[in-house]
Amino acid sequence: MVNIEIDGIPLKVDSSKMIIQAADEAGIDIPRFCYHKKLSIAANCRMCLVEVDKSRKALPACATPVTEGMKVFTHSKVAINAQRSVMEFLLINHPLDCPICDQGGECELQDLSMGYGEGVSRFTEGKRVVKDKDIGPLIRTDMTRCIHCTRCVRFGVEIAGVKELGATGRGEHMEIGTYVEHSLVSELSGNIIDLCPVGALTSKPFRYKARAWEMKAHPSIAPHDAIGSNIELHVRQNDVMRVVPRDNESINEAWLSDRDRFSYQALAHPKRLTDPMIKVDDDWQVVDWQTALETAIKGLQTIINKHGAEEVGGLISPTTTLEEAFLFQKWLRGLGVENIDHRLRQQDFSDHPQQYPLDNWTLGDVQESDAIVLIGSHIRAEQPILAHRIRQAAMMGAAVSNINFFLTDLLMPIEYEMAVDINTMLTTLAGIAKVLSTLMNDSDNDDEWQALYPERTPTAFEQNVAMQLSNAASATLIVGDLANHHPDAAKIRALVHKIAELSGSRCIVVPSANSHAHVIANTLPGKEAKNSLQMWQQSLRAYVLMGFDALHDTAVPVIAKQALKRASFVVALHSFDSEFLRQTADVILPMACFTETSGTFVGIDKQWQQFAGAVAPRGDSRPAWKILRVLGNVSHVEGFDYISSQDVVDEVRQIQAERHDKPIPPYIPDSLTVESDLMMISEVPMYRTDALLRHSEALQKTPETQRIQFARINRKEAEKHGLNHQTPLTLTQQDSVVRLPLEIDDSIADGCVYVATTTDAASRLVSLFGQVSVSQSEAAT
Amino acid sequence: MTEMVLTGPKQTLFTEQLRLALDKWIAKYPRGRAQSAVIPCLHILQEANGGWLSRAIMDALAEYLSISSISVYEVATFYSMFELEPVGKHKISLCTNISCMLCGSEEILEHLQQRLAIKPGETTADGLFTLKEVECLGACVGAPMLLMDKQYHEYLTKEKIDALIDEVQS
Repeated sequence: MVNIEIDGIPLKVDSSKMIIQAADEAGIDIPRFCYHKKLSIAANCRMCLVEVDKSRKALPACATPVTEGMKVFTHSKVAINAQRSVMEFLLINHPLDCPICDQGGECELQDLSMGYGEGVSRFTEGKRVVKDKDIGPLIRTDMTRCIHCTRCVRFGVEIAGVKELGATGRGEHMEIGTYVEHSLVSELSGNIIDLCPVGALTSKPFRYKARAWEMKAHPSIAPHDAIGSNIELHVRQNDVMRVVPRDNESINEAWLSDRDRFSYQALAHPKRLTDPMIKVDDDWQVVDWQTALETAIKGLQTIINKHGAEEVGGLISPTTTLEEAFLFQKWLRGLGVENIDHRLRQQDFSDHPQQYPLDNWTLGDVQESDAIVLIGSHIRAEQPILAHRIRQAAMMGAAVSNINFFLTDLLMPIEYEMAVDINTMLTTLAGIAKVLSTLMNDSDNDDEWQALYPERTPTAFEQNVAMQLSNAASATLIVGDLANHHPDAAKIRALVHKIAELSGSRCIVVPSANSHAHVIANTLPGKEAKNSLQMWQQSLRAYVLMGFDALHDTAVPVIAKQALKRASFVVALHSFDSEFLRQTADVILPMACFTETSGTFVGIDKQWQQFAGAVAPRGDSRPAWKILRVLGNVSHVEGFDYISSQDVVDEVRQIQAERHDKPIPPYIPDSLTVESDLMMISEVPMYRTDALLRHSEALQKTPETQRIQFARINRKEAEKHGLNHQTPLTLTQQDSVVRLPLEIDDSIADGCVYVATTTDAASRLVSLFGQVSVSQSEAAT
Repeated sequence: MTEMVLTGPKQTLFTEQLRLALDKWIAKYPRGRAQSAVIPCLHILQEANGGWLSRAIMDALAEYLSISSISVYEVATFYSMFELEPVGKHKISLCTNISCMLCGSEEILEHLQQRLAIKPGETTADGLFTLKEVECLGACVGAPMLLMDKQYHEYLTKEKIDALIDEVQS
C-alpha cells in the first residue's frame, strides 16, 4: 500500500494500481477513451493525461503506476490544457455527425467534448473518410467515426479469444477493420458495441430505432442459458428497444453473450400469440380468458374423470421462471396429475432423482481452477459466459481438456482433446476412473465400479487426463448439453461423478436454462409417474404444454408429433404461434415473455435472482404465473390465492426450508457397453435453443445459424459409406427419411454424423442422438 | 519464382527451402512467440513471390506462425516496403520527406514521372518499373535520394536518374 494524493484527497492504495484505477475507486473522474477496466492498458488515446507533481509533463493516468507520496492533479491548468489539446486532436478527423449517429446522447466522445472541446474547430483541412465494413448481421460499422482507441481489437484478443479486428495501415491511413470482409465469429462479439466509446460500432438491429434519452432502463435476467446474465432492458413506451449488460462481477462481469443481447428482437415478432383461443370444430376462435380457461379445465377434467389423471401429461420449458414452474406443478398435482417434467431434451433418466448438486460454488471458482475437463460440451455455444470464464482460467495456466463427439476451436489453449463416439467416450471415462482408482488405492472397496472399468491398460490420453486431475489443486469437470441429451447420459454423468469423487474435483452437470429452479419447484414426475420421454412414447390422452415447441424442443420430435396428434385434448401455454401448434392444440393460452413478467431465475451457481416485468404483456397475453394462478382458482385447487409472484417465491422458500432430502446412493450403471454403429450428434444450435431465439431475426442471419442446415461427417466415415459432398445425404431412422446437404468435416468423431436439431429436417426425425443409416441417392424424398 | 504451397497442414506450407528460411527467424524468439518473426518472414515471402504479397501468402504465414490473419495484415499494411499488389521488376522508392524535399525531390519526382510515364503507385506498361513515394529512408545526408530494389542512390540529379533508367532498360 502506498499513500498518494489526488486533487488534494489523501488516498491509501495498492501499489500495483495505476492512477486511473485509484481515482476510479475514490470516485474521482478522469476522462478516458482507450482505458477499460476489463482490458489491457494501451494508453493510446491520451485523454487521461493528468498533472503529476515533480513530472515535467502531463502523464497518462491509465499507464502511470502509483508511487509513495505521489501528488496527482486532475483538474490543474496543466492537466486541463493537455486534455483539451488531446480532445482537439481527436476531433480533427471525427465527422461530428452526432445528429445522425446512433451513439448520440450516450457517446463518451460527445460527453467529453462538452467538457473539454472547443466550440469552434481550428481545423480547416479535409477530414479523412473511411469505408464502412460489413462485419455481420449484429454489428453496424461507421468507421469514419473511429478514434482508434483499439478497445474492440483488445477485446477480441483478450476476452473473445479470436483476433478478428485489427488496425491496418499507418498514420492517417490507419483503419480498424477485418481487412478481409467477414462476419465476426465470436459469440461475445456484441460487447464491442458497448466498448466502442464513439458511434463507430453500433448495434445493427437497433440502428435508428430510438435515442438514449427516450428509453428507460429496467434491470432483468437473461433466460437463454444457465448463467442468468444480468441485463438491462431499454424500454421506450411499451417496447424493449435493446438489451445491454448490467455489471455483476459474480456472474457475467461486464459482458453479455450475443444470444442474450439480441434475443429481444423476437418480443415484437408478428408470430407472438396475443389472444386466448379455442378450437371449435377444427376452427380457431378468439375467446375471452374466462372461456379459454374454462374450456381448458373442462377438457382436462373430462379426461381425468373418464380415464384417470395418469392419462394427462404436463411438460414445461426449463426457460420459464421458478414461480411459473412451481404453480405449473402445484396446479397439475392439485388435479391429481403426476406426469410432470421439464427435462424436455433428456433421454436417459436412469439416474433420476440424482441431482449432482454443487453447493457453495460460484462462476468465479471456474477461474480459480487449475484443471478443467469438458465432457460432451460445445461450451462456447452452450454457455458462452462460462466458456469465457474457462478461457480466462486457461490463459492463467489452467490445463483444459476436452472430450466430445466433435471438436471445435474453443479459442483457448487445450491440453488434451479427443473426438469420440459414445462407446469410446464411456470407455475413456472409465479408463480415467481406473487410473485414478489405482492411484488412490480405491480398488478394494469398490467392486461394482471395478467390474465396469476396461480390462486393457489405460491409454496415454486417459493417463494424462487422470494425472492432470489428480495433480490439480482445484479441478473442475463440466458435463455439457451434448452429453446430457444423449440416450446414455446417465452413464456419462455417473462416470464423471465417480472421476470427480476419486480425484477430489468438482463435477458440474450444466443445467439447461432455469433447470435448477425447476428442480426446486419440483416440475419432476411423481413416484411411478412418467418422465418426459415416457409421456411421448406412451401417448397420453391429454397434454398441458408450456413455453416450448414440441417439434424443436423435445428429444423425440416425430413421436411427440404423433402423440400430440393422437391426444384428445391439448392445452398449450405459449408465446409464439405456429402451424403445428394450431394443428395439435385445443386451447391456446398466450403467455408473456420474460420481459413482461416478474420471476426468479436460479442459475448454474444456485443464486436466486429475481426480476420484475419491464413492459406490459403483448396484446391480451398474460404473465404465465397469473394464468396458472387463475387455472388453479378455476379448477378449485386449494392455495392459489397469491397476490404477487413474491408470494409464490415465499411459499417455495418455505417448502424448501422444510424439505429434507435423503441422500441418494450414487447411480452405478449396469454396463458401459452401448450398441452404436452410426450415431447422430444432435446439437442444439446456439441461436435456436428456445422459441424466443428462434424468432429473433438478426441471430438467425448469423453464419453460425446458416451453417446448421448441413449434415457433417468426417472423411473416414464418408469413404466407409461411399459419400461425397456434392450429393445431398439421405438419413434414415426407422420410418423417417430426411435429406440434407452434406459437408465433409474432420472435426466430427468416427461413427458419428452431425445433424443440428431445431431445423425442419431434424423435426422429422424419430429420436435425437439416435442411430441412423446414411446413403446418397437421387431418388429419396 | 518459387512454387509455394499455400493451403493444407502447417508442415506442408510453402516449400521446404522457404520453411527453412522462415524457421531460422522463428527460432530467434522464445517458444510461442513466433509472431515476433512476422516482418522478416514477410520479407522472405515477398522476395520469393516476385516482390509482392498476396492475401493467400499472408493467410498461409498466419497459419504457419499460429497467429490470426489480421495480425499479418496489420504489419503488411503498416510498412511501405511490403507490396500488396503486383509490382514491376524494379521498385523505385523516392523519398519525398522533408530533407529530400528541401533538396529538390519534387523536381526529381516530376522527372521520374515524365521519364517513366507513370504516377507514383503505378507500374510501367513493360512491367519494368514501379514508382513509389516514400517517407524518410534515413539517408538525409545524401538528399535527395531514392531506393531502387536494394540499392540507395543519393545526391540525385535529372542526369543521374536518366543514367539509372537507361542502365536498367539496356
